[in-house]
Amino acid sequence: MTLLKIDNLHATVADKPILKGLSLTINPGEVHAIMGPNGAGKSTLGYTLGGRPGYEVTDGSVQFAGQDLLELEPHERAAAGLFLGFQYPVEIPGVSFVQFLRESLNAQRKSRGEEPLSGGEFLKLAREKAALLKMDMDMLKRPVNLGFSGGEKKRAEMVQMGILDPKLAILDETDSGLDIDALRIVGEGINSVMRSPDKAVLLITHYQRLLDYVKPDFVHVLAAGRIVKTGGPELALELEERGYEAVAA
Amino acid sequence: MTQALALPTRKSEDYRYADLTALEAAWPIAPEQIVLGAGEEGTMAIVHTGDAVVARDLEIRLGDGAKFALHLLDAGTAYGRFAVRVTLGAGAEFTFGAAQLAGSGQTLEIVTEVSHAAPDAVSRQIVRSVAAGKSTVNYLGKVHVERGADGTDGEQSVRAMLLDRTATANARPELEIYADDVKCAHGCAVGELDAQALFYMAQRGLPPQEAKKLMLQAFVAEAFVGAQDEEQLLEGALEALGRLV
Repeated sequence: MTLLKIDNLHATVADKPILKGLSLTINPGEVHAIMGPNGAGKSTLGYTLGGRPGYEVTDGSVQFAGQDLLELEPHERAAAGLFLGFQYPVEIPGVSFVQFLRESLNAQRKSRGEEPLSGGEFLKLAREKAALLKMDMDMLKRPVNLGFSGGEKKRAEMVQMGILDPKLAILDETDSGLDIDALRIVGEGINSVMRSPDKAVLLITHYQRLLDYVKPDFVHVLAAGRIVKTGGPELALELEERGYEAVAA
Repeated sequence: MTQALALPTRKSEDYRYADLTALEAAWPIAPEQIVLGAGEEGTMAIVHTGDAVVARDLEIRLGDGAKFALHLLDAGTAYGRFAVRVTLGAGAEFTFGAAQLAGSGQTLEIVTEVSHAAPDAVSRQIVRSVAAGKSTVNYLGKVHVERGADGTDGEQSVRAMLLDRTATANARPELEIYADDVKCAHGCAVGELDAQALFYMAQRGLPPQEAKKLMLQAFVAEAFVGAQDEEQLLEGALEALGRLV
């Protein structure tokens, strides 16, 4: 069964059309990468799928795991298995990662009719996922993203993804702000959490380098709100070499 | 004396934003006195909940080197007014941490006047207010540093969070300084919950009400850091926040 089917999606932000007829189908087990120049609508795609207020769908449809995604509230989309890794993760003073993630996970479980995790069970899970991303567990006792460096924030996003265990992860420039070692750790983290026959990943990125670690099955070029070209991993290399303008023309 | 007992009007600065109609039920207010002698230490926690109008007037006198911490949670559903007047002796320390949580269309207010009457006294005020629906939260706070009260350290941190466009916050921190060598800081902000944070939390699966509660809990907790009854105050606040969001 198809996991995500976007058909002719049009979306506006502050009345300005950004997505103009975007179509994309993602099946379980696949990794897709969307690349494209600044302003093409890459982040808008992520936010629109996440249901961010202010991102208005004016036409088209999105089916996710057999449901009409656009009918769901943002937290319902998360519970349905959609995870959006933020390009700029938000700081939340006074609220610890541990408390925030435990409540988030248990809210998701509740809406799926599953039992909540106890404090002990949750900490065990969190410790396991933090270790995977080589993140000190003590950092998860701190307020959400507060005082974290850019790279630490991105790594914390991946720890959250591991804990929440989504069906589809849309990762918006998760590679930006990472040094070479962190990039490898994050890449391996994505593979170990998301590389599975029943899960899928949509990587939104400017650069080829993350794709060295997380090998995409499909690469799409997004320009002016639509996908203008689709290919295999070799397309990313071609883009890197020749630039968006030459390839997408 | 009859004149002194007459209900105040809006012309009186201390009652400028008060709900005078509701105040009638609690008028006149009998002042309560708290006196700490030189070097004495004390704490007090007030938790007000329920649907009764409350209006209290605390007069606190701290002797030289005395320390007093007052914590207040006003989560009542009718008009609530807490006036605190403090006079500090040399080297005395006064801490005031308060939260007011209004959600029933009522007015909650805190009026403080802290007088640094002698050198080297310290006063710290942290007030966190949350207003939902058509309610109003007020803070009128004056720090008065008398001539000769050098070495004064006075701080006011006042923040209010409006949960609806129909809610109101009035905040007026004031400094009156007649001494030369003093350190006085005041910060004041009225705002809304961060929409970006709310979306971020929703994206991780937290329903909007839970997300708001979590953020407000953290906001209010700032007023109770270090309080002897911190847990009791936080529990009371959490229960009230459940009604507000």
